[in-house]
Amino acid sequence: MSEQQAEVTTDYEPRIVAFLCKWCSSAGSDLAGVSRIQYPSNATPITVPCSGSVSPMYILSALNKGADGVLVSGCHIGDCHYIEGNFLARRKIHLVKELLGFVGVEPDRFRMSWVSAAEGAKYSQVIKDFVEDLRPLGPQKKLKADRS
Amino acid sequence: MTKKRTGVFVCHCGNNIAATVDVKKVAEVMATEEGVVYSEDYVYMCSDPGQNAVIQSIKDNNLDSVVISCCSPNLHEKTFRDNAKRAGLNSFTCEIANIREQCAWVHKDRNRATEKAIKISRSAVRRAGRDQPLEPIAVPVTRKVLVIGGGIAGIQAALDIANAGLEVILVEKQATIGGHMLQLSETFPTLDCSQCILSPKMVDVSRHPKIKLMTYSEVKEVSGSVGNFRVNILQKPTFVDAELCKICDDCAAVCPVVVPNEFDLGLTARRAIHIPFAQAIPASYTLDESACLGLNPIRCGKCKDVCEVGAINYDMRPQTLIEDVGAIVVATGYDLYGQEHMNELGGGQIDDVLDGLQFERLCSASGATQGHVLRPSDRTVPKEVVFIQCVGSRDPANHCAYCSKICCMYTAKHASLYKHHVPDGRAYVFYIDIRSGGKGYEEFVQRIMEEDEAIYLRGRVSKLYRKDGKIRVLGTDTLTGQNVEIDADMVVLALAMEPSKGTAEIAKTLKIGRDKDGFLAEAHPKLKPVESVTAGIFLAGCAQGPKDIPETVAQAGAAAAKVIGLLSQNTLSHAPTVAFVRNSHCTGCEMCVSACPYNAISLENGKAVVNEVLCEGCGSCSATCLRAAIEVKNATAMQIHEMIEACLA
Ligand SMILES: Cc1cc2nc3c(=O)[nH]c(=O)nc-3n(C[C@H](O)[C@H](O)[C@H](O)COP(=O)(O)OP(=O)(O)OC[C@H]3O[C@@H](n4cnc5c(N)ncnc54)[C@H](O)[C@@H]3O)c2cc1C
Ligand code: SF4
Ligand code: SF4
Repeated sequence: MSEQQAEVTTDYEPRIVAFLCKWCSSAGSDLAGVSRIQYPSNATPITVPCSGSVSPMYILSALNKGADGVLVSGCHIGDCHYIEGNFLARRKIHLVKELLGFVGVEPDRFRMSWVSAAEGAKYSQVIKDFVEDLRPLGPQKKLKADRS
Repeated sequence: MTKKRTGVFVCHCGNNIAATVDVKKVAEVMATEEGVVYSEDYVYMCSDPGQNAVIQSIKDNNLDSVVISCCSPNLHEKTFRDNAKRAGLNSFTCEIANIREQCAWVHKDRNRATEKAIKISRSAVRRAGRDQPLEPIAVPVTRKVLVIGGGIAGIQAALDIANAGLEVILVEKQATIGGHMLQLSETFPTLDCSQCILSPKMVDVSRHPKIKLMTYSEVKEVSGSVGNFRVNILQKPTFVDAELCKICDDCAAVCPVVVPNEFDLGLTARRAIHIPFAQAIPASYTLDESACLGLNPIRCGKCKDVCEVGAINYDMRPQTLIEDVGAIVVATGYDLYGQEHMNELGGGQIDDVLDGLQFERLCSASGATQGHVLRPSDRTVPKEVVFIQCVGSRDPANHCAYCSKICCMYTAKHASLYKHHVPDGRAYVFYIDIRSGGKGYEEFVQRIMEEDEAIYLRGRVSKLYRKDGKIRVLGTDTLTGQNVEIDADMVVLALAMEPSKGTAEIAKTLKIGRDKDGFLAEAHPKLKPVESVTAGIFLAGCAQGPKDIPETVAQAGAAAAKVIGLLSQNTLSHAPTVAFVRNSHCTGCEMCVSACPYNAISLENGKAVVNEVLCEGCGSCSATCLRAAIEVKNATAMQIHEMIEACLA
């Protein structure tokens, strides 16, 4: 890695809002904590009842308020505490990705993952990967409201 | 923001949070947040003095909502909500900011961790800013319990619950209850006969007025929630009327079909019509449809002809039963990790290489050889027997990562039983180390080594193969560093315990989680060991993880106590964080009706109406409604938007 690149990556810290479903992913992130598995602090979690309750509006709202990336993490398909909420969530992903592309935001700024209560290590990996994948995209400005 | 008087309480958790997060700074920054009129930090918020301090501050500062920045809400949300209530607040205006599991424990950089803790706490302050006071919704409970799995765990739980006066439905998928314990010969550490201690309990189950026993049955569907589950049970036909069957064996004597007997793990054979074992409960023969020539008098019909009491009925059909229950105990047990996975040890293809349960059947008086230890291949008495521990266990690279916990003990038992049957024989035990925690367990193993002269060799076996009528065992003794070669007459593998076949399906049906090894997951590894993550569903026995009989019985009793406690109430409270409709916004498009997984929404006079008892507050409806007409209480879009803002400020 050249010095200049190294500087860019250390300077810019992507800001992520992570919507975690209460039953699986939030519990999975708790397990990462209990197991003391370290991961970057870029993502601030918001616990929601179910990944199916995350409306596309929340994702846009996060980008509008300055997020560089938005993560929605729910239970594995078929394991949803609420029967089929995560299935609904999955159907929405496609829609959101398309919408983002349409308004000129890199669709990769939005990510969905499936993390169960037993997958502490996976949760930390999801965050690590997302942070690394967001770095090359740089700060998200397209939807960010000018707050100056 | 609404005008709120919120108090923020930041916990050090000893040093657990304070070591990484600057808790004083978090409290300082929170004090400057809109709506916050009080904030402080304290070393242990959950301690008595900590909780009292919160109560005092609520009163002194006339707070109407509180945020506790501490550990996961899974641990102390209830503690702090109850405490807020004690101070006169509505418990739903208390929010938890998880700055331990989701922050202090996973980050090292103090500045960044502190910054994140501020965001998490601020986000909770925003949520609290718009929290409505809510009252739990009372729902009636069904005072009836479903127990799934009729091994010792399910039997014990069913008896304990029924003895407390509650009705129990015990569902077992095999033709008899008893589970694996029935197959055991003697049990460590006291060597009492397994069937002798189990059979009386099985009889108790069959005679108990409060227990409805459904064998040969499986749970197909479960809906509803704690206090009011609805279950769909499928009972397969046995083609024999258990009430009439006199267990005379006339039918089996004439049945022409011979198949391996699964109860003896293939060491013996049975007929298509059979009784799993003599003291089976229910005491009745069962016709195995897949083995029978066709349930057709024209093709065979011998058993029906010979049955004097007319118990056999080829026209029996599967039956579906729908039952309402208030709580569920899952006790679906274990199976052994299959020999076919162990290629280096012959993959199940070498004669006289047995698994532990097969060896139990060889030793059992009711087993394949009437209690004489004989080689299955030629019925000779084996003089050199090698027992191998940890087969498939503790091997994260190739097999199961976990320790199966009981194999050290049952291998010692096996060596002892063998020596009692064949005093001039030699028993070798390969082990990695001996885990014999438990009352009398260590003494038991020592006795087997000293009195029964079992030869313990520390090391792994690398290969097994047949040579000159013997099984050559190649291994190393890691204590002497020497290679060991034994020509054995028989080899017994202490295979790992794994969740019983079908555990994944039953977990899906019940919507309960499994751990990384596939066992059913408890809600908390220390404090909620018999609760599943779903309220009203409890776990017992080896379905939750490997364990021996005493531990299984203790866990079953604990699960029963939880069930009895739960159902001793006349009504249960249902979380009031349910959906509500803004009539002015609702156009009656019905999108939410089809989005709701609980069928909790209906349309009345052109507007959506939520049945609060059915609603679980998942929010699928709110994410679907295009007009923001339906939302979940205390998780409204307004709250989420403000929380998002708090996370990014
Ligand atoms: C070789 C060996 C020797 C052992 N020796 C000893 C010993 O000496 N002392 C000791 O304390 N322990 C011993 N154990 C351990 C003992 O077997 C277990 O602790 C005990 O059997 C666990 O009981 P359980 O009810 O949890 O499971 P199980 O005995 O496995 O019972 C589970 C039951 O649930 C049923 N079931 C499964 N799935 C479903 C479903 N979907 N629907 C309905 N029913 C279902 C099964 O058919 C079964 O009847 C030994 C184990 C092995 C392998
Ligand atoms: S989706 Fe919204 S508008 Fe349509 S019926 Fe439901 S609440 Fe009313
Ligand atoms: S929150 Fe909405 S979708 Fe979920 S159970 Fe309640 S009414 Fe149904």
